[in-house]
Amino acid sequence: MSEAAIRLVDLKKTFDGNDFVLKGIDLEIPKGSLTAVIGFSGTGKSVVLKHILGLYKPTSGKVEVMGTDISTLKPDDLTKFRCNFGVLFQSAALFDDMTVLENVCFPLLEHRRELSKKQVLEIADQKLRLVGLDSKHDHKLPSQISGGMQKRTGLARALALDPEILIYDEPTTGLDPILTEMVDNLILDTHKLREGTTSVMVSHDLYAAFRIADYVAMLDAGRVLLWGTPKDFEKSDIELVRKFVDKGMKHQ
Amino acid sequence: MMTVLTSVRNKTVEFTKEVGDMVLFLGESLRLIRAKPSRFPEIIQHMEFIGNQSIGIIMLTSLFTGLALSLQIYLGFKIVNMANLVGPTVALGVSRELGPVLTGLIVAARAGGAMAARLGTMRVNEQIDALDVMGVNTKQYLITPRIIAAVLCMPLLTAVFDFVAMVGCWFLCVYLVDLDEAVFFSRINDLLELRHIMEGLFKSAIFGLIFAVVCTYRGFFTTGGARGVGEATNRGVVLSMVLIIVLDYFLSSLIRIFYISVGITG
Repeated sequence: MSEAAIRLVDLKKTFDGNDFVLKGIDLEIPKGSLTAVIGFSGTGKSVVLKHILGLYKPTSGKVEVMGTDISTLKPDDLTKFRCNFGVLFQSAALFDDMTVLENVCFPLLEHRRELSKKQVLEIADQKLRLVGLDSKHDHKLPSQISGGMQKRTGLARALALDPEILIYDEPTTGLDPILTEMVDNLILDTHKLREGTTSVMVSHDLYAAFRIADYVAMLDAGRVLLWGTPKDFEKSDIELVRKFVDKGMKHQ
Repeated sequence: MMTVLTSVRNKTVEFTKEVGDMVLFLGESLRLIRAKPSRFPEIIQHMEFIGNQSIGIIMLTSLFTGLALSLQIYLGFKIVNMANLVGPTVALGVSRELGPVLTGLIVAARAGGAMAARLGTMRVNEQIDALDVMGVNTKQYLITPRIIAAVLCMPLLTAVFDFVAMVGCWFLCVYLVDLDEAVFFSRINDLLELRHIMEGLFKSAIFGLIFAVVCTYRGFFTTGGARGVGEATNRGVVLSMVLIIVLDYFLSSLIRIFYISVGITG
């Protein structure tokens, strides 16, 4: 296996000092892979994700991203470090007072100040076309485009700085089956196009996870129940995993 | 009885903690003033919203405040045959108290409420999280420019309020109750000093700081969806207004003490 882009070591988290949401997560996400983190609601998927992004500090344990223990970084250093991430949020989280084009230009204007306005527009245009968004939508506000287009814009924005790590936070939750498949394909195509980029998808969509991910980590009750390839999941004897796999097969 | 005392104690502890958090929040936001990149364009954008877009409502309210206040003072002063002091009385009252306080209350309700609602919506829609993970310092981008813009705009809006209120006073005295225009201006010139106006402008800058910190704090830490946004806006505006009125008294007292200490009376 190649070196780890993200390494979680005995990661524990409690918000109130008593109940542990994460009870010791050990997980290594290989560089350049597309890894899906799956599990029932309330098993700690989003909490794991927020630790990877440095939005939460672990109660104990370590969160290493590209060899850096981000839980020990000072706030200003963490802010700079986050330029390595591109995130597609469940809601797309587009800035509603900016147009589609301005949303994609925003990270470039913030972090690539050496670029001319023309260069910024060129890069933004390139990213929007990469995710398959037509230029006629460039000057529309997020409220004027469909949910699928918002996801595409969110992905174009996440790609703007050419990040080392792409994170998808429940990208297909709440979407219809056709749109779900479109977003799944978009994630897969983007991953294939960007060799070397590590992608992490948090999802409870098993079908998508098994279809597009190189590796799958299944969480249960704040721990990693199983980590492996989709084939490892198919072969697993663990009862809960079997239930998941059967459900996944039924979808296929 | 114990329940009431416990409740009062808990509320006091909660309020003190919140004020402490707001002071830290302000400190962090001010620390970021000189951080790169420069937020000058954002400051201008917020000044346009807080200042320029508030001028209309400030002019309207100040005109009628000036008219109403002048009318009441005229009716009272006429009884004791001191109607020619209406101008300076209104000028002193408006420049030192009513101007900064009413401007603070109006702008807190209009711009402060909008700030809390905007930031609250950004929080519940994950837009602030998106900025965070994009490597943008959210306090430097969202909070610091709003605080600076509020502090800069409030004295300007208060100056507009003072001026328009005095226009209302002049109109009532000269055209509606037929006082002598020359006496009106000469009495104001005799009794109103620059320091009275500056005192009001100084207070208004503090009020700008208060409502900007309270409303951005409430909005920035909103939780709980649409209901949370409503609560953040409501609590932000109400607390700002209460603090403006309470602090006005203490600021006025401190200014009096300062005047006495440097030998100025009146």
